[in-house]
Amino acid sequence: MNIIEVRQLHKTYKNLTAVEDVTFEVGEREIFGFLGPNGAGKSTTIKMLATLVRPTSGTAIIDGHDIVSQPNRVRQAIGLVFQETTLDERLTAAENLSFHGMLYNVEKRTLARRMAEVLEMVELSDRKDARVKTYSGGMKRRLEIARGLIHYPRVLFLDEPTVGLDPQTRNRIWTYIRELRDREKLTIFMTTHYMDEAEHCDRIAIIDHGRIVALDTPANLKKMVGGDLITLRTPFRKEVKRFVEEKFNLAVQEPGDYLLMEVAGGESFIPVLAGELGGRIHSISLHRPTLDDVFLKLTGRDIREESANGRGALRSHMRWRR
Amino acid sequence: MTRLLKAVYTIWLRDVIRFYREKTRIVGMLGQPLLYLLIMGTGLSSSFRMSWGPGEVSYLEFMYPGIIGMSVLFTSVFSAISIVWDREFGFLREVLVAPVPRWTMAIGKALGGSTIAMLQASILILVAPFIGVKLGPVMILQLLGMLFLIAFSLTSLGITVASKMETMEGFQMIMNFLVMPLFFLSGAMFPLRNVPPWMETLMRADPLTYGVDALRHIMYAASPARDFLVQFPLGTDLMVVTAMSLFFITAGTLAFNRTE
Ligand SMILES: Nc1ncnc2c1ncn2[C@@H]1O[C@H](COP(=O)(O)OP(=O)(O)OP(=O)(O)O)[C@@H](O)[C@H]1O
Ligand SMILES: [Mg+2]
Repeated sequence: MNIIEVRQLHKTYKNLTAVEDVTFEVGEREIFGFLGPNGAGKSTTIKMLATLVRPTSGTAIIDGHDIVSQPNRVRQAIGLVFQETTLDERLTAAENLSFHGMLYNVEKRTLARRMAEVLEMVELSDRKDARVKTYSGGMKRRLEIARGLIHYPRVLFLDEPTVGLDPQTRNRIWTYIRELRDREKLTIFMTTHYMDEAEHCDRIAIIDHGRIVALDTPANLKKMVGGDLITLRTPFRKEVKRFVEEKFNLAVQEPGDYLLMEVAGGESFIPVLAGELGGRIHSISLHRPTLDDVFLKLTGRDIREESANGRGALRSHMRWRR
Repeated sequence: MTRLLKAVYTIWLRDVIRFYREKTRIVGMLGQPLLYLLIMGTGLSSSFRMSWGPGEVSYLEFMYPGIIGMSVLFTSVFSAISIVWDREFGFLREVLVAPVPRWTMAIGKALGGSTIAMLQASILILVAPFIGVKLGPVMILQLLGMLFLIAFSLTSLGITVASKMETMEGFQMIMNFLVMPLFFLSGAMFPLRNVPPWMETLMRADPLTYGVDALRHIMYAASPARDFLVQFPLGTDLMVVTAMSLFFITAGTLAFNRTE
């Protein structure tokens, strides 16, 4: 069964189309990623699904409830972590969590147990009585994720959960996310514009200018741009080249003092190759296509130009302010 | 039902806890009325005779309920304006996505602001003996109830205004063109008698006028000078303040429903 079913969701702001006729499904316990550059419409989609923004047309069903006609039911069924922090910095972490539990009508005893549980998970138990003001950016993010879980949601929405965090903290957050999916049978819907991060998702929708341009598993998406590239270094180039071409029916190039070939499943091909060639090779390396390559192929633009260098981000935020 | 009450209670509790944490705010909000009382009260009473009443009413006695009203006014409006902070720093969002209707937020906020304002004002009641005002326990209870009602109407008014504000930039405007006029037109500091009709109209539209008038009614119930200190019957004061509370809380709730 699909826990999220989005049907022709559409949002226009005055004359700007932020989200255009988006349709997709997310299965239970899936980690589903929305990948796109700044201003692509990721946050707008999340806000519509979370019933914060009313769609111009179309709708979505979340855990059996319609986002347009049953917003309160949807709200109870989802947890939400916004792109911008929404913690009350003057309160302690524990107070932030317990107020959330009260707003979501979590029974008192359950709430105490649940708070201990989520704080444990995000490793903040020992800091729970400190004011949030004194937290670091990573701690705040972890606390927000913990807060989103207090009321046992079925779906957790995370809008750029790791933006601005160091790689270590990002990894930790990813560990929580996977743990959650396994332990709490949670479905996770997240947005990101980090390509490497999107790799963690079960499926990804690539969104650009409000439209989904591709939707599949990261592996399948990458297949679109071609196979894996294997670089082989050997003193017996000619010999090896002929052997591989005949044995595996592959085109092998010799661009320099190494051999280059494109194969479908590079990972599993390497052991076979190594087994056949034995001691005749020095090294084998594998370059797998990245999601950057996919985005480039689909849109003709490099996503990194738009977001990673920050200039794109700035531009889109300036547009937003005006 | 319990769910809605719980939501209101949560919003209320958050405001009260936050207030309690901000010691400087408490000191500031207590210090100001005490300072007014001390400086203006003593300063003016020597040069100011209450010209229309019998000699025994001092200016200090006249302005004391007014200063309490002022304290309620400032605290109420400040509390309500904190919504703008919440909006800027995101917390309002967290509340707005919770599975509770938005009016719970408006009511919780109004109750929170009223509680804080009432607590502050009740500390001012403690100085009554030094002013020469004798208060019995029943009177104090009546005063607290009245203070709460006044605070509720003013906080609701503040919420209505705050829900229209995007940033704190408008705050100075609100102080200059809403709070100060409400204060001076209420008759808290000087009696508004024999004033031009336009001013009389403004005075009658000010919720604080009736609030302060009711406080004088209660405080000086036993004093022979009572009739010289008050302007309207107590019933009128109560009715007007209640009606204004209802009106503003409805307006505030509606304004809230429209945000974002
Ligand atoms: N309230 C609004 N009013 C007008 N336009 C808006 C509003 N919110 C978003 N937009 C516009 O909709 C488009 C999509 O914005 P959105 O915030 O969904 O992008 P995003 O994919 O989340 O980008 P980012 O990676 O920068 O967070 C942008 O062009 C933005 O300017
Ligand atoms: Mg966004």
